[in-house]
Amino acid sequence: MVADGLAVAAALGVVHNAPPASNTPMASSSPTAASRRRSAHLDDLLVAVAGGDRSAFVELFEHFAPRVKSYLMRLGCDMSAAEEIGQEVMVTVWRRAETFDRRQASASTWMFTIARNKRIDAVRRERRPEFDPTDPAFMPEPEIGGDMAVQAKQETATVVEAIAELPEEQGFLLRMAYYDDKPHSVIAAETGLPLGTVKSRLRLALTKLRKIMKEHE
Amino acid sequence: MATAHKAAASRGGDGLPSHHLDDAFLLDYAAGNTSEAVSLLIATHLALCPECRARAEELEALGGAMLESLAPTAVDHDALSAVLARLDASEEVEPPVFTPPANDEGHIPSLPMPLRGYLKAEPDALAWQPVIRGLEEYELDVGGAKTKLLRIKPGASMPQHTHEGRELTLVLEGSYDDEIGHFGRGDVAILDDDHDHRPIAGPGQDCICLTVIDAPLRLTGRFGRFLNPFVKF
Repeated sequence: MVADGLAVAAALGVVHNAPPASNTPMASSSPTAASRRRSAHLDDLLVAVAGGDRSAFVELFEHFAPRVKSYLMRLGCDMSAAEEIGQEVMVTVWRRAETFDRRQASASTWMFTIARNKRIDAVRRERRPEFDPTDPAFMPEPEIGGDMAVQAKQETATVVEAIAELPEEQGFLLRMAYYDDKPHSVIAAETGLPLGTVKSRLRLALTKLRKIMKEHE
Repeated sequence: MATAHKAAASRGGDGLPSHHLDDAFLLDYAAGNTSEAVSLLIATHLALCPECRARAEELEALGGAMLESLAPTAVDHDALSAVLARLDASEEVEPPVFTPPANDEGHIPSLPMPLRGYLKAEPDALAWQPVIRGLEEYELDVGGAKTKLLRIKPGASMPQHTHEGRELTLVLEGSYDDEIGHFGRGDVAILDDDHDHRPIAGPGQDCICLTVIDAPLRLTGRFGRFLNPFVKF
């Protein structure tokens, strides 16, 4: 607990200050071709699963099921709950694979949303409200010069590399949100820092992450 | 302090929101750390705000990278066969899907999904409760936080007030003005107890807002007392 508190403090840069924004890592290497190929391969597998390909599903299972289990355990599930919910996630993947659109998201991102939602459903017993793009009240992307402003999807390999290049405190702060179930209000409560300070630290971490990803493009 | 929560203002005039969600709330939502009530408000804002939607997608991609970065944990030796055996089973009943009230062809409902799915009726047909002159409310049954729709008569001015905890407000119809600025359809205001404000509804039509109280968690238990001495700044 103590270590946790100090780690939180360190993440927020209150033990030693986060390095200034200009202190960028040296020559940023782009993601290795291998990790990019692997990302694309996972996308291919998920598309094949949508078409009913069982051997693709087995390969996808072997890659993702152990990671989903880790994810659930990091977020507080015990071994057997993580196993059970993890299997639910994989069954859902089979059933919903046809909703995967590789132009919009990578396989890892899509898997993450399935695991996240399944956990909210199974552990918190809550619904997760989401917007509906087919709703007549939905506000579509504005057209810019006749073209829809389509945002290129974030390649998982690029984001993974960018996280690794973040200053340690900033990477820790983001991992707390995704792995430790800590909304920013809890981070603030646990550290005694004003909400505004926590918000600005998060914003800085994300700004830095975007900057690193731009350099990789 | 108060200014820290002021939503960044940009654009406007094109039917798109000009007061947005900040990164901290979008990150919590993407990571799955917001209560159902706060998620409802955020998702309804996202339905109206392409800009925040793009940022939310970016934060889901960050979640994908976080998942990818985890060291794998071995699954049960029979996990794969257990899952494969279930693939052909008839589809289990999925969690309840919202059924929005039917709409006339071409009619754009003022309340977008997912909010509309939580209501039994169009705004005019809800059982509004009077609060003070010019203000009515309708409480929604959503987990996690106090969630209400507010309806303010055109031009009505609300008494100056502060907020318990943090109050998130999303404008759905009409508009209001306060010390921070002008808030129209899709705009979000995040107000905390340091804020006091005095909103005045715009002319012409009722102002309908969704509000959710996101009370920050306070550490008062054993854990909190134990932790707090180490995090004095």
